[in-house]
Amino acid sequence: MAARSTFPAGLVLDAHKQQACGTPIIELPLPTHVVLALDQGTGYSAEPVVAVGDAVATGTLVARADHPYASAVHAPLAGIVVAIETREAAAQGGRSVCIVIEGDGSDRIDASLRPVTDPASLSPEELVQRMRDAGIAGLGGAGFPTSSKLASARDLGAQTLILNGAECEPWICCDDALMRSAADDVVLGALILRRAAGAVRCVIAIEDDKPAAIAAVTGAIERLRDDALTLVVVPAVYPQGAERQLITAVAGVEVPSGGLPADAGVVCQNVATAAAVARWATRGEPMLSRVVTVTGSGVWHPGNVRAPIGTPLAALIAASGGYRGTPLRLIAGGSMTGRALPSDEVGLTKAMNCVLVATRDDIGSRLGAVELPCIRCGDCASACPAGLLPQQLLRAALADAHDTLRQLGVRDCIDCGLCDYVCPSQIPLADRFRDARRRLNETEAMVKKAADARERHDLHKHRLQEAATAEQQAFASVRDRARRRDDDSAGDTN
Amino acid sequence: MIAHDDATMILQAIRTDMRFDTSPAPHVIAGYTVPRIMFQVLFALVPAGIAHVALFGPGLLLQLSVACVTALLAEAAALRWRGRDAAPALKDGSVLVTAFLLAFSIPPLLPWWLGALGTALAVLLGKHVFGGLGQNPFNPAMVGYAILLVSFPAEMTRWPVPMDVDGARTWSELARMSYAGFYGAELTARWDGYTGATALDSIRSGLNLRYTLPELLGRGDIAGTLGARGFAWINLAALAGGLYLMLRRIVRWHIPVAVLGGLLVPSFIAHGLDSGIALGPAMQAFSGATMLTAFFIATDPVSAATSDRGRLWYGAGIGLIAWIIRTWGGYPDGFAFAVLLMNLAVPFIDRYTVPRIYGRQP
Repeated sequence: MAARSTFPAGLVLDAHKQQACGTPIIELPLPTHVVLALDQGTGYSAEPVVAVGDAVATGTLVARADHPYASAVHAPLAGIVVAIETREAAAQGGRSVCIVIEGDGSDRIDASLRPVTDPASLSPEELVQRMRDAGIAGLGGAGFPTSSKLASARDLGAQTLILNGAECEPWICCDDALMRSAADDVVLGALILRRAAGAVRCVIAIEDDKPAAIAAVTGAIERLRDDALTLVVVPAVYPQGAERQLITAVAGVEVPSGGLPADAGVVCQNVATAAAVARWATRGEPMLSRVVTVTGSGVWHPGNVRAPIGTPLAALIAASGGYRGTPLRLIAGGSMTGRALPSDEVGLTKAMNCVLVATRDDIGSRLGAVELPCIRCGDCASACPAGLLPQQLLRAALADAHDTLRQLGVRDCIDCGLCDYVCPSQIPLADRFRDARRRLNETEAMVKKAADARERHDLHKHRLQEAATAEQQAFASVRDRARRRDDDSAGDTN
Repeated sequence: MIAHDDATMILQAIRTDMRFDTSPAPHVIAGYTVPRIMFQVLFALVPAGIAHVALFGPGLLLQLSVACVTALLAEAAALRWRGRDAAPALKDGSVLVTAFLLAFSIPPLLPWWLGALGTALAVLLGKHVFGGLGQNPFNPAMVGYAILLVSFPAEMTRWPVPMDVDGARTWSELARMSYAGFYGAELTARWDGYTGATALDSIRSGLNLRYTLPELLGRGDIAGTLGARGFAWINLAALAGGLYLMLRRIVRWHIPVAVLGGLLVPSFIAHGLDSGIALGPAMQAFSGATMLTAFFIATDPVSAATSDRGRLWYGAGIGLIAWIIRTWGGYPDGFAFAVLLMNLAVPFIDRYTVPRIYGRQP
């Protein structure tokens, strides 16, 4: 508990957490409709299993996860499917196919839902499969399906489960609120996750700026008396909650470049995911809701809200007192890595831990920024938790020099935004690197496609050649036979 | 919380016309901008400037004014020739830092046209031929200084006798001398004996004439209690300004510490081996341009190495080369050449001091 290790570099940022953190979690009443994005934030979509006009109950599966990076989606309220169409969403690329369900006000619950009576009676494999069916996904911000992480942890023999309660990004405090109010759920979920991952110990990591959460979780752990479940307090340094940085801080190991946490013997899950696992185990409830921080100078009453997945953000903002002043950006996530959304019609996703309604007061520094030439001050490199040289990466990115970009580690960038934050020349570095990665991926895909096409072409040519040769040979042999016959008959006549 | 004005709530909930800006993350920045850094650097030079004016007369202020005017004009002209917008570059303050550093380095008696020439060369040849701010491999001020030093050695090594030397003229006479020098009057009969070489220069020529160091330092017009007469105070003030920059996190410790280490460690050893001819660390630290270089010149990020480890090598190289030039070279101080030589080595240093990326083998 007393360990105060941390990762190299990083920065202490203004937390902006007091705005939303003082009040208890509000339960949002069921909205009139929900907009369920099939891409819940990972870039991979689930497959719809309902059609427009279908009636659904609370907990009915509406989209099936075929891809390991997609998560199953369930109806969070009873009603009718009124649309399945592409809409603006908090998904990769800003759009996703969405299932829109109009609530009918009833409390019909899907008959298939039942609690897991005894998680210990299920084999780890069964636990993983059933979490997959329940659409359990990482609530920390990435929305990655928990089952896929657990499966790779099992395959690679990860021994340590780290529960991430660092919550390092400014503005966000939903995990803090959840740990304070439902620490027992977090701890119960930790045990189930530990079993499913095949890990022998579990460490819950919380930043030292959350004393109430630390006290609550400490109490829950003491009630449980499990020696292989411990709490580690880590310093509040951004990005302490980034998976790789937290692993280094807690376990003292580094995740290999291009590898998975499990390669370092660790698997990470968010504390809110653990609480959701406990909810699923005790109530049989698939992932139907999450706690989300609604904050920023652009809402009247910042706070934490438990809301159904798919709740239009407008309803969340209304529950927080509505818009205040002139909101300029609607940010899904915190001020450092959050994605700015075009409209409040977008539905809440599993990955969305915060809705930051930002006015000029919150983002003025960025709005007034004028880009100047890089003066090579090196502040970016000093802040970079991945040990990169952003100023050299920038030059490689502008030159589109792919080999240099790879060598300088453009893919080791964790997109924390710190280089951007500290840059005195106010260069939008993080976005330049995102762009460079996208172009790099595209080029690599193109090169692979070209290589495939060339191979296919060569093989095709080869096959044609073989066919032609075979035909020639067949022709030649027929001709030879005919000639022999002719010769024979000619011989006969002579 | 939900009990807020219900009507407003419903109205807000049914608004559908809100569109938001979707600019990429991060949505905040520290806002510690290049102009703010540059003006902090200028501010940190104020103590050294006060010491300079108090000890050597107002010549520095004259040199500063001509350097600043020339620098702004040269910057504007260069940007115009390059077809760029001059306004943001003039406001970023970087060219004023160049002007200040050059004005602090040249003698306060220098005729104004040499100050102007040096500044123009610094800005044009030191900065803009390479592509302007951020692109110059050499420290612009040192480019200007080095050209002046090799082209006008007599003018560039003639300093007023500082106020803290016994028998120095009054400050108002120093002022008159500075004006005369600035306008290019011949500084002959009237000022004879009140201009001369710097302390480091006197020591170098004294040692060449086979004097011993204790003899030279005992003369009273060269060394004070701490370092060189006059320059010790300027160095102290520059040290104070430099520490302020470190406190404000504008300058990180690596380069200043390495420069001082590179200079002081060899001088400590040499002084221990032969105190008759080798200057000790205190004299080295508080004479010439030591502190100005360690905190203000070598720390110019554009022409320095980029990684922390690289900056240690870069700074140590500057200190060591300056020590070598001071000990054996043809110039009394040597920091300008040390900086320029290590500027040349930066691409090499950067190549071999790339930090280890997280999760990769060293």
